[in-house]
Amino acid sequence: MQKTLKKYFAFFTLPTVLAFITVFLIPFVFGVYLSFTKFNTVNDAQWVGFSNYIRAFTEDRDFLNALFFTVKFAIVSVVLINVFAFMLALLLTRKIRGTNVFRTVFFMPDLIGGIVLGYIWQLIINGFLAAFNVDITFSATYGYWGLMILMNWQLIGYMMIIYIAGIQNIPPELIEAAEIDGANSWQVLKSVTVPMVMPSITICTFLTLTNSFKLFDQNLALTAGAPGKESAMLAMDIFNTFYGRQGYEGVGQAKAVVFFIIVALIAYLHLRLTRSKEVEN
Amino acid sequence: MEAKRKIANNVVFVVLFILSVAFLAPIFIVLMNSFKGRFFISEAPFALPNSQTFVGLKNYTIGLAKTGFLQAFGYSLFITVGSVAVIVLFTSMTAWYITRVKSRYTSIIYYLLVFSMIVPFQMVMYTMAKMANVLKLDSPAGLLVIYLGFGAGLSTFMFSGFIKGIPLEIEEAATIDGCNPIQTFFLVVFPILKPVAITVAILNAMWIWNDYLLPLLVIGNKYKTIPIAIQYLQGGYGSRDMGAMMAMLILAIVPVVVFYMACQKYIVKGVVAGAVKG
Repeated sequence: MQKTLKKYFAFFTLPTVLAFITVFLIPFVFGVYLSFTKFNTVNDAQWVGFSNYIRAFTEDRDFLNALFFTVKFAIVSVVLINVFAFMLALLLTRKIRGTNVFRTVFFMPDLIGGIVLGYIWQLIINGFLAAFNVDITFSATYGYWGLMILMNWQLIGYMMIIYIAGIQNIPPELIEAAEIDGANSWQVLKSVTVPMVMPSITICTFLTLTNSFKLFDQNLALTAGAPGKESAMLAMDIFNTFYGRQGYEGVGQAKAVVFFIIVALIAYLHLRLTRSKEVEN
Repeated sequence: MEAKRKIANNVVFVVLFILSVAFLAPIFIVLMNSFKGRFFISEAPFALPNSQTFVGLKNYTIGLAKTGFLQAFGYSLFITVGSVAVIVLFTSMTAWYITRVKSRYTSIIYYLLVFSMIVPFQMVMYTMAKMANVLKLDSPAGLLVIYLGFGAGLSTFMFSGFIKGIPLEIEEAATIDGCNPIQTFFLVVFPILKPVAITVAILNAMWIWNDYLLPLLVIGNKYKTIPIAIQYLQGGYGSRDMGAMMAMLILAIVPVVVFYMACQKYIVKGVVAGAVKG
């Protein structure tokens, strides 16, 4: 069968492959090349070596600020979102009444788009801050915690669904055996539940980490980087560098390459670190 | 023991109930404000509308006119449904081919597709938008091609994982019965792929419906999707019409909630299946 099928490679693969090459592969390779050039439109690119990379870090502090803000945000959001989502999942696997309704409610914010989420929370946070005669653009700390609340609201339900599936996959005999051996509920949680849902923890921490790093829409709608550029995350700083001012396209592309390398490294390291902690079945 | 468990469960119920109310509150606050006059929103967003602040549906009519929301809804719907159909059709075909035919060509495709999943959009956005412009893909129909390219990674990967578990004998039987590969795929393989096809469709629909930056860069000047229309309403900071904004946020949320209520079972399954593969 393989032999006859081989003749059909154009029919089966070309539509996807051509689209992929056109909108991803060529732009990717070309993007790496452009990061070493100076250009306004793509036709006038001139080779400048590493100068865009040097400018990205030294000309102003925007990129480093954004990097620092993003890292600080990603670390805290991964911890908070996963702890809350896991706790909710534990509560929602106790077979109490209303479980399905609760799950439905907690998951719903995830389906709302980032731009809409940003404006919903801008209204609410500014409503609280109005009592102090300020708004969310007053300080980057407000922007930081505003984004944190927003991301928790959006992602807790999603991660909760994955944790629930993980918890439900634990064989009940395992927990019964632990209880017969005299383990209390904390010991069951620590020695049975958590190790058994390690694959879910791997996935959820990975998803929250990469989502936090690549955050753009929510950042744009909630604060647009205000005050100044202090609450701008990496994706937004790159966007502003590209489209905000003339003559910085090459610097923007260099920042984008650095961003890509950071995300790829995180993905690689995270998978290596956590895979080793999973229980072999 | 039993009584203790019952009390614990009641406490859990109350906690979850309070949390649910807190989770839904933001949406209700926006809904409430969408009926208030534009100058009564920012200063007191938690106050209920009263005879002085209530404006009926005025915010909705103004917002619809200002943003061209109905048109935006049409574009969003066309782009999402069209892209999802194109992605499900073509990536399932590709996944079947590269899973069944082992060659250097197919493994290169596979690894490039997997690689594309970790590349942040900012890395390719500028060059991709130029490419789309040169190739005249800067139209709602052209976006279907672009979304096929960006959706190919995850979708092919998920289909391919599923296809690996389908016994080869089924396809061999079809070949013996005289099916050519095209018939084998559409008559025999594709129906088996239905569960994973639903998952792929839902994950892509959630992403494409809410996507802001990609359509903005490619078609944003001429065609506004819902997220672009909402961001457009923002205008300069401070000058925007808060009333229209609240009304449009509600109109943007309604289709999502309807979709969620209709396909909740599939969405939850899709999220779990997508996570296991991702």
